[in-house]
This record gives sequence, C-alpha cells and structure tokens, in this order.
Amino acid sequence: MLKVDSIERGIVLDHIKAGKSMQIYKFLHLDALDCSVAIIKNVKSNKMGAKDIIKINETIDINLDVLGYIDPNITVNIIEHGVTVEKKCLALPGRITNVAKCKNPRCITSVEQDLDHIFRLADRDAGVYRCVYCDHKTEGTF
Amino acid sequence: MKHLIDPTDLSLAEIDEILALAEEIIKDRPRFAEVCKGKKLATLFFEPSTRTRLSFEAAMLELGGSVLGFSSADSSSAAKGESVADTARTVEKYADIIAMRHPKEGAPLVASMHVHIPVINAGDGGHNHPTQTLTDLLTIQQTKHRLNNLTVGFCGDLKFGRTVHSLIKQLSLYDNIKFVLISPEELQVPDYIKEEVLIQKNIPFVEVQQMEDVIHDLDILYMTRVQRERFFNEADYIRLKDSYILDLNKLENAREDLKILHPLPRVNEIATEVDDDPRAVYFDQAEYGKFVRMALIMKLLGLDANA
Repeated sequence: MLKVDSIERGIVLDHIKAGKSMQIYKFLHLDALDCSVAIIKNVKSNKMGAKDIIKINETIDINLDVLGYIDPNITVNIIEHGVTVEKKCLALPGRITNVAKCKNPRCITSVEQDLDHIFRLADRDAGVYRCVYCDHKTEGTF
Repeated sequence: MKHLIDPTDLSLAEIDEILALAEEIIKDRPRFAEVCKGKKLATLFFEPSTRTRLSFEAAMLELGGSVLGFSSADSSSAAKGESVADTARTVEKYADIIAMRHPKEGAPLVASMHVHIPVINAGDGGHNHPTQTLTDLLTIQQTKHRLNNLTVGFCGDLKFGRTVHSLIKQLSLYDNIKFVLISPEELQVPDYIKEEVLIQKNIPFVEVQQMEDVIHDLDILYMTRVQRERFFNEADYIRLKDSYILDLNKLENAREDLKILHPLPRVNEIATEVDDDPRAVYFDQAEYGKFVRMALIMKLLGLDANA
C-alpha cells in the first residue's frame, strides 16, 4: 500500500473521478506552486470503486467553478493543524470563462482570437454547457 | 441597454407589446411618420441579404429616420481584418441603433458587448434570426388572429433552418401549440431543440417525412427550402425532393383557413400556382417584416408616437 503523508495545512481534493487528476492539476496550474503537491491515482473507494486524490501542502485560492465544471462530485477539504476545518461540495457553475474552447467552426470565436470563450449551463441535469455566442455544446476542456 | 440578439432576449410581454405596436402602425401609418426624426440606423451587413436589409432600411425611413451602413464585408474594414468589436465601437459614434448580419455565429452578441446603443441581430450564420421570428409571429397574429391553440407544420430543411428553430422556441411559449415537423430524416430538427425546448416543456410534436400525410391537420404551414447540397447522396435527394414542394394538388386536402408562410427567398419549394391561393401569405409576411421592425426600432430606442 502506497503511503502518502497527511498534510498539516493545505487542501485535499477528494473523490476525483479516477483518471481525472492530471487534468485538474493542469487546470488549477498546480505546477506553478512552490509547495509539495501529491497526486494519488486509483485509490480504492467504497463509494466510487476507484478515485484520485490531490493533496496540496498550502492553502491556495482554488477556482471552484473550473473544478465544478470538470467534476462536480469532487470534495474540497481545507486542512488546518492536520484536521479538516471545512468541506466544500461543488456544483456545476452557471457560467465558465476560458475553461473550455468552442469547437464550432462557424462560431465567431473561431476567427476572432481575442474573444473569451464563455459557456453557460444549459441543462443542469444533463450537465450540458453551451457557447454563449453560438449555442454549440462543449466538448471537454482546453 | 436592451439589445435583440437571441429570440429569448425578449419576454413574452415584450413580444406582445412589439406585436401590438406593429398592429397600431399598420392601422395608422401617418401617425408614426416622424417618430425617428433625427435618428440613424446603421445596417452592418457582412453578408448579402435582400429582404432583411431593405426591410430594416424601409422601416427606419418610414419612421422618419435615416440609414447608413454597408451591404457586404468587402465594403467594410472587416476586409482589412478589423474585429467585430472595433467596427461596432466605431459605428456607435455615428448611429443610434445597429442592425447587424454576419456569417459567423455570435458576432452580433460580440458587438452588443462593446457598445452603448441597441444592437439587433439581423441573422448570424445559421444560428439566430430574431427579427424573422417577430415577422413570423406578426404574420400568424395578423392572419390567424391568435398565437395560441395552433397546429403548426414546418416543412423542408429543419436541421439548418435557423428561422425554424427560432420560431419553434418562441411559439413554445404560447398555450396549446402542437408541432408537426415534416422533413427527410437527414434534415430533422436538431436534438437540442427537441430535448431542451419540446420535451422539456412537454410540447406535443410529431416528425413525419411526407407532407401529404399531415397537411389536413395544420393551421399554419411554414415552408422552407430543401437544398440539394444538404443531402448525403443524389438518390435520396431525387427520391425526396417532390415531397417538399407545395403545389395546388397537395393543398386540396388542406383546411380552408390554413396559412402558408415562407421566410423567402423561395426557389421551387412552393409552386408559383400557389401564389394566388388565399392561403398563401408569404409576400404579406415580407411586408409584416417591415412593420414589426418599425415597432422593434421604436421599442429599443424607447420612442413613443405620442411623445
């Protein structure tokens, strides 16, 4: 059994769908941090079968919208003095900016490079996001 | 600032106000002849159009205002690579209201995000065309005298027809509307319209391939053009094309009070013999387009005939 030390102060992203942790690492720009960051993949989970966990050894501002868009089932645990002081549950954000890119070749964003790529949540139950400019569905992230 | 980019930018109450104002204009045109005196409409048409641009310009002129603009991207700075936002910011200095048509979807929304004058989407690619929707609603209101309790048939290219998508969305807000969607399988209404509008709102609809099977049920028949290039193969086109041409023979089974609409231009999907049938209202529809744009311009500029 792989052992990763618990952290004294920082953030634990738990219940990440197995295989998605690298995407989150990239999106939250965790590579730019000076502190230690642990990515633990394929951890056994009673609830999920397998899951990924990310441990960040520092308290940072996390873009919960990005995280919620990638996987709304993630839990964000804030750790102080080795104990969880806050547990944040995520939801699908109503709007995301420059998280996903519109792939519709007829969209104005395909020819005007400076425009923000903005998507709105069109169907909460199905988790469908549509481009605010052309109504095209998102396909993944940048 | 109020813009009209997507049909849903207007509430049902606002649409009803615009339609009511258009009806007032129709009844007493001289009363509105100077409402827009001193105001300028900029028509920014990055791709060609006959009806939409001319109806916008005719609308502004009939309100006593003036018009400026361009009718193709070649004759604007877009040809030099200017962004939509910069073009809009510049035009804002010269005009009081903008009507924009652009081949790229969302371009009028981009313009509206950068100016302090109203922007009207006059068609963005295959996406939205809200003033056509208002035109269609006014035509239905004027010819059927109601916008509820209707069985509305759409025939032809329902996949790429933006006017069809907008009108379905809008009519879905009225009570007791049923849709009959007549198209070849390849050109059916996109799933998102079915899932997010029709199914979500529990609006009854059927999809059929033959006009003859359903024409007797319809209060409105909204015709669109079936383009050869939309078909995957020539054999399907030849097999299906006649099903989507309306002629007097097919109209024999239709109701006496059916109204036939078409956003125009027509190619051959309505035989010219139908033009004189009292049920054909598509040329009147083009005129209603002018009246509804007059009402919309007044509404967005906050003008009143009694002021």
